[in-house]
Amino acid sequence: MTAPVLDGPAGLIAAAALDRLLPMHLLLAPDRTIRHAGPTLEKMAGRGPLAGQPADHVLDLRRPCGLDDFDRLLAADGERLTLALRGADDLPLRGVLVRMPDGGALIDVSLGLSFERGVTRFDLNGSDFSPCDQTVELLYLQEANAVIARLSRQLTDRLSAAREAAEHQALTDPLTALANRRAMDIELRRLLEDPGAEFALLHLDLDFFKQVNDTRGHAAGDHVLIEIAGILRGDLRGMDMAARIGGDEFLAVLRDTTTPEGISMLAERLIRRIERPIPFEGRVCRVSASIGAVATTAYGSRPGADLMMADADAALYRAKKAGRATFAIHGRQAECLNREKRADDPRRG
Amino acid sequence: MHGMVNRALQGFIVANYGQDVWAEVRSVARLPEDGFEAMHRYDHAVTLTVFGAAVDVLGKHPNALLEDIGTYLVTDPQLEPLRRLLRFGGGTFLEFLVSLEELPDRARLAMPELEMPEIMLQAEGCGLFTIAARWPVPGIAPLLIGALRAMADDYGALVFLELAGIEGGTERLRVRIFDIEFNEGKAFSLGQVAE
Repeated sequence: MTAPVLDGPAGLIAAAALDRLLPMHLLLAPDRTIRHAGPTLEKMAGRGPLAGQPADHVLDLRRPCGLDDFDRLLAADGERLTLALRGADDLPLRGVLVRMPDGGALIDVSLGLSFERGVTRFDLNGSDFSPCDQTVELLYLQEANAVIARLSRQLTDRLSAAREAAEHQALTDPLTALANRRAMDIELRRLLEDPGAEFALLHLDLDFFKQVNDTRGHAAGDHVLIEIAGILRGDLRGMDMAARIGGDEFLAVLRDTTTPEGISMLAERLIRRIERPIPFEGRVCRVSASIGAVATTAYGSRPGADLMMADADAALYRAKKAGRATFAIHGRQAECLNREKRADDPRRG
Repeated sequence: MHGMVNRALQGFIVANYGQDVWAEVRSVARLPEDGFEAMHRYDHAVTLTVFGAAVDVLGKHPNALLEDIGTYLVTDPQLEPLRRLLRFGGGTFLEFLVSLEELPDRARLAMPELEMPEIMLQAEGCGLFTIAARWPVPGIAPLLIGALRAMADDYGALVFLELAGIEGGTERLRVRIFDIEFNEGKAFSLGQVAE
């Protein structure tokens, strides 16, 4: 069999040479039958040797027009074509056509942007492409980019997990897992910036805690603190917040609890719960608490965090002065100040 | 050295010897507990320190360890994406070998800051090639021997590899190809079979 020779504008080109240079080409006769097809295109079409078949059976030309309007197609010499192979309609290919002297056409095809799906679908390998074709490099690049994107994603995930852990650590009291002073400062400022947020701030200080520490040791003291934290967590609602801000000092923010009655009820309940004996290593520990409270509603204008903190502290000081297991509320409600609730406490001398 | 290189060293020790050995290497090298991060940069000295620690802890000859690392880069199932990327170099082992000089450019396409070895290939005829390579840290030749041996296996080629000396920072190795299609090799298709 002699290789067909194409009489082209640049002289004679052997079909074998054309196959190597443009492995995805198609040479059409003036009657729109295929005279010759490049080996890769033949492989992609998957219908055996294409020579002699009507081009319309193999190609679905979409832009600028179909094969049926051959004259118009020939006039599109050099323009970009959009086409697909019959049987692979979902893979748009790119092409270019040049008019041949005999009235036929030479069409070269490339995978265009469908290269990744195309290579898989048509099971192409490196030798199916001209060494000058960059499709394989595109595939390589795409795969390499996917690997690197994955690594970047993993790094981002690790970093944000580390950041979350660090943030959590920075805002948490390690012993009790309650919020710490820093977290409470942030929460207070946040609430005070929100003009709709009314709340009470409680400053709670344990009574007799030093005795527990001195007589039963620090392990017992730590155990008591953890139990108290549990009581605070159990008594507060999700929107409230409790923090341990020092050795045996706690702060609590109670949303929408601003009336003296509401604060009193809660403070009393807290003190009573804290006074329940706490078993530790076969014996019980007993502590109590003093509470100073302040509500946002006690101020004529929006108070600052420092002012509320100072007023809660002053109320706590008054409560402590009035005796242990006592609470005091800052503000105009003078009748609530120094309201003694635990006069029967046997531990008060 | 780029974090990828350091991370590969860490991955190799963990995959072949376990987390405990890596922990020991890490502590000998005074590396933080998190180990290496693939997307960071480290001083060359850090890489050399960790490699030195691995040589001490494992009691292996540095070249033997480097060859093992090279093999690991191509054969470890977790690094399958890397094997695939290397296979893009050519359809046969010979094509792959000839494309080695392109390897740095190829890697830079994906990762511009990765220090790739500078590779020069010389055909001596009769299936014999000499490779000259330069890298910021010593050891590229034994590393390449391990990786090329594994790639030859991957392509199904029968080859013989040996070190051929060091001269002014350029390390040489010889590759002799006995049979380009000795056996079937491992499958590779351009289109990814499974994601």
